[in-house]
Amino acid sequence: MTLEELELIARSVKQENAVCDYEINVCMDLACASQGSEQLREALFRAAEASGKKILIRRTGCMGPCSSGPLVRVDPEETLLGRVHANDAEAVVASLGSAPPPALQCDLNEHFDKQVRVVLENSGYIDPEKIDDYISREGYKALLMVLNEMTPNGVVHRITESGLRGRGGGGYPTGLKWSTVAKAGGDVKYVVCNGDEGDPGAFMDRSVMEGDPHRVIEGMAIAAYAIGASKGYIYVRAEYPTAVARLTTALREARRRSLLGNAIGGTTFNFDIEIRLGAGAFVCGEETALLASIEGRRGTPRPRPPYPAVSGLWGKPTLINNVETYANIAPIVRNGGRWFFNMGSERSKGTKVFALTGRITHTGLIEVPLGIKLREIIEGIGGGVPGGHKLKAIQTGGPSGGCIPANMLDLGVSYDALMAAGSIMGSGGMIVMDDTSCMVNVARFFIEFCMTESCGKCIPCRAGTAQMHTLLTRICNGAATMEDLELLEDLCSTVKEASLCGLGQTAPNPVLSTLKYFRNEYLEHILHKRCPAGVCNIQAHAEVMA
Amino acid sequence: MSDAVEVKTLIIDGQEVSARRGQTILEVARENDIDIPTLCHLDGLSDVGACRLCMVEIKGSNKLQPACVTAVFEGMEVNTSTERLQKHRRTILEMLFAERNHICSVCVSNGHCELQSLAQEQGLTHIRLPYRNPDLSVDASHERFTVDHNRCILCTRCVRVCAEVEGAHVWDVMGRGIDSMVITDLHEEWGKSTCTRCGKCVQVCPTGALFDKSKIGSDHPKCPDFLPYLNLMREAQ
Repeated sequence: MTLEELELIARSVKQENAVCDYEINVCMDLACASQGSEQLREALFRAAEASGKKILIRRTGCMGPCSSGPLVRVDPEETLLGRVHANDAEAVVASLGSAPPPALQCDLNEHFDKQVRVVLENSGYIDPEKIDDYISREGYKALLMVLNEMTPNGVVHRITESGLRGRGGGGYPTGLKWSTVAKAGGDVKYVVCNGDEGDPGAFMDRSVMEGDPHRVIEGMAIAAYAIGASKGYIYVRAEYPTAVARLTTALREARRRSLLGNAIGGTTFNFDIEIRLGAGAFVCGEETALLASIEGRRGTPRPRPPYPAVSGLWGKPTLINNVETYANIAPIVRNGGRWFFNMGSERSKGTKVFALTGRITHTGLIEVPLGIKLREIIEGIGGGVPGGHKLKAIQTGGPSGGCIPANMLDLGVSYDALMAAGSIMGSGGMIVMDDTSCMVNVARFFIEFCMTESCGKCIPCRAGTAQMHTLLTRICNGAATMEDLELLEDLCSTVKEASLCGLGQTAPNPVLSTLKYFRNEYLEHILHKRCPAGVCNIQAHAEVMA
Repeated sequence: MSDAVEVKTLIIDGQEVSARRGQTILEVARENDIDIPTLCHLDGLSDVGACRLCMVEIKGSNKLQPACVTAVFEGMEVNTSTERLQKHRRTILEMLFAERNHICSVCVSNGHCELQSLAQEQGLTHIRLPYRNPDLSVDASHERFTVDHNRCILCTRCVRVCAEVEGAHVWDVMGRGIDSMVITDLHEEWGKSTCTRCGKCVQVCPTGALFDKSKIGSDHPKCPDFLPYLNLMREAQ
């Protein structure tokens, strides 16, 4: 495969598509599929056939505003239709060339205007199971450019120059990580992709793997060339069967097109990827636990150093990055490091995908330049809190993150600003809460999550999270005293400072951040036996106690 | 021993000490009679850094590091018993006492228990945390030994000694988080497992979780000191 051959494929795809007068793209991502987009697609096929029009009906990955699903985009006009069901198929087909059915139109201009799509540039535009669709949108161009025109050092330099930071949550500079592994000795090295997304309310990585799997593969291949690896692993949780299926198809197609395997692009570069399934442990998203799991051992973290960059899979230097990090690589290589560097805020470059969920009008997947104000995300892109309720807090970073109160909406979203506010960027979950949420109960939910997902290896995380859960339950039940609150804060500091891995070290964050911004809610529960949001059933519990 | 040994100098608790490159803070501290509490560490076994009692402060870093797995470096300044560290150590010990059912007065290891001694050393007088009182089992199916999960602190010394020294790997950990427990084989009864009856696990167990049946009602000190000696003799062969 050469760059010219890629061009040929891209051109032939465009020619094939040009035969059709219209393209109907149907979102088949989980949210839309659960509302019947599969039946819709079949109905569209039937309606198209009956109408005699030349229509291309394409299945695509996530288009973004899941709450308006099932979504359909009609090209070339780029008209987005929402809540389209199988019985609307004939109306949609009939309206081609004229105004779409008014009931299906969705006015989401504000939702899309503030977004910048880099990672999601193809999601919603290509059929994830067709490699040629990906190639027609500049797919694998970056890989072949790199193999033919750049040295491994040049690639590392470009990534460093872009200012990209790890999208899995830690925010470690990607270029620095790559150069460390590139410099590590030995002829066997590994590239690993962390697709063990497990934060409650987060589905960014799933959507990327399902909607544009080749992008991840291309990023990994470029990384492998840069650091000198010839073998890669994608670690995906088994609870994502569609992602696994799409990746499996994508790997097969890439091998068929000689974009994986031996002598890629006619060069001496060999690289192939295997999929490894996670068995459902959240802690396996921690890099050392993930590597242990790939090796077939119990998925528990180990102390670092040595870091995986020095001693990773089977003791060999290993590069481990998150799905979204790899998804950023191809555009950076194609457009240059400066292009990426110029997006975003001072110390957080580029764009970030967030899964916007909770009490917000437009839930779904969004991609925004870093540095954007929370207000623009919540009020602009998200369309505000529905039902006349009042925004209370925004939870970012999942169980490792914290709650940012509504009065901090002018905070710019960046690694450092979120950290300073007591939360973290995390992998990109963003849960919006309104006045119907009790913050103590929210903290208890996340601690319960950490408690059940703790691996049990180190004592502070294993026993500490369980103790914190007991104390938070007491508070929620109105059975706690001020001594319990003191004890809770004491436990937070020990679990945070003494735990072995990131899971334990960050587990107290939901408690600490709610204590910082919503301490009065804790006090109301303890001193006045009252839940201000009316969530905790204190009365009922008191009756049981009596 | 023709290789030149690289020597590092560092300061532990204000005391200037020297060390070989690659040594851990814990090794160097103990060589110099500086006591750092440990539970999961045992001379002769690999280190896992799990009990977090040996956490120390290193000047220049706000993050605490486990002394058992942190290598020394030139000019390092280590503090092993600041107020912050002692507070964490006491809380960790409290967590252990409240986690399962540790009742010293009826325990076979009373007076010879590492958990008990550590609590005394750290000046732990009472437990502030709510006791969890879990419902745990005792497996007395083995003809010589018994495992009482009520007293297990999941230090995994038994797992490591069985895999690393005896080479049998009968012990392992099952379950997750607070529900973790040590098991023999694939959760078979100990008496029906592939146990070689060597008894090393009993000797390395820091509490009364693993004990010799013949010692019930009598003094049951454990003797884990054979391990470094055994390793040395094996290396000499």
